[in-house]
Amino acid sequence: MSALIIEMKEDTPAIHLDAAAGKFEFSGKSLPEDVSSFYASTFGWIKDYAAAPNPTSVFVFKMTYFNTASSKIILDILMRLEEMKNEGKDVSVEWHFGEDDEDMKEAGEEYSEIVEVPFKFVEY
Amino acid sequence: MQEIANQGLNGKSEYMQFVVQFHHMMLSKKITLAYEGEVTQEITKAFTAMTEKNLDKIEEDGKIKKKVYHVMVECLQNIAKHADDDSSGSSDKLEDGLSKTGIFVIGSDDKEYFITSGNGILNENIPALKAMLDSINALDQDALKELHKTKMRETAISSKGGAGLGFIDMVRKTGNPLEYHFEPIDGKSSFFLLKSRISKANSEK
Repeated sequence: MSALIIEMKEDTPAIHLDAAAGKFEFSGKSLPEDVSSFYASTFGWIKDYAAAPNPTSVFVFKMTYFNTASSKIILDILMRLEEMKNEGKDVSVEWHFGEDDEDMKEAGEEYSEIVEVPFKFVEY
Repeated sequence: MQEIANQGLNGKSEYMQFVVQFHHMMLSKKITLAYEGEVTQEITKAFTAMTEKNLDKIEEDGKIKKKVYHVMVECLQNIAKHADDDSSGSSDKLEDGLSKTGIFVIGSDDKEYFITSGNGILNENIPALKAMLDSINALDQDALKELHKTKMRETAISSKGGAGLGFIDMVRKTGNPLEYHFEPIDGKSSFFLLKSRISKANSEK
């Protein structure tokens, strides 16, 4: 399947979803005007990927900021990963946060409490 | 002198006088940004970038800068987003009738930054909004965290961003309750003012 690559902008994150390369990453800021339309292609991609995923998938989040509307979309993405996990797939999350970024760390911890997907926390 | 000045102003002295007063008012309240009009995504990007630059210039603490940024985005997008939302279906009831034009002001004193937004709201929506703000204001950090989790889970799939989550986030991030006021406009609607305070002392999270 083809990769989904979206370049980073001032108000939207870089998205890199590439099954062949085994890279699944979201990075940057997320405060789009319309979260649903911005993330529509991501959900489409994940749906296709979930049908025939790699033996192991590590989804990496290196977000520096997201607004509350995006926070729900991220949870929605994580819930899709949880569904894959429930279907017996090897799926996990790597949650990156800046050295002093307590908020981002806590946001990741909160997500890890909500969804049944293994989280690994990485401070940078 | 006064006469000459007035002549030079081509009869616009009253307006010029107003601008002078306006300037003094802005200085006295340390207003670094004041805007009245339509709030769009472009405005949100421009204002947040400008404010970040201003805070960099005065070498404001990174954590405080982040709080200001968080609150600004939620405030501005609250105004921008709920505007063209005339579909009553999936949206949060409270958002119906909120207008997308409004005011946005950032001021400060020695201790705190004040971020204030104001926009129109239908009177019938006031009680529910007021109840929501009061209930959020009454919670401590742990309870806010739980409510945040619950709200996020409940609304993750459908709507485009209920006001509730934004308010919860603002109170969590600032550690201060939201101040609000409803100024009656006419029998049908009011002007909803919302003020968030961010401490300049970087003690709490």
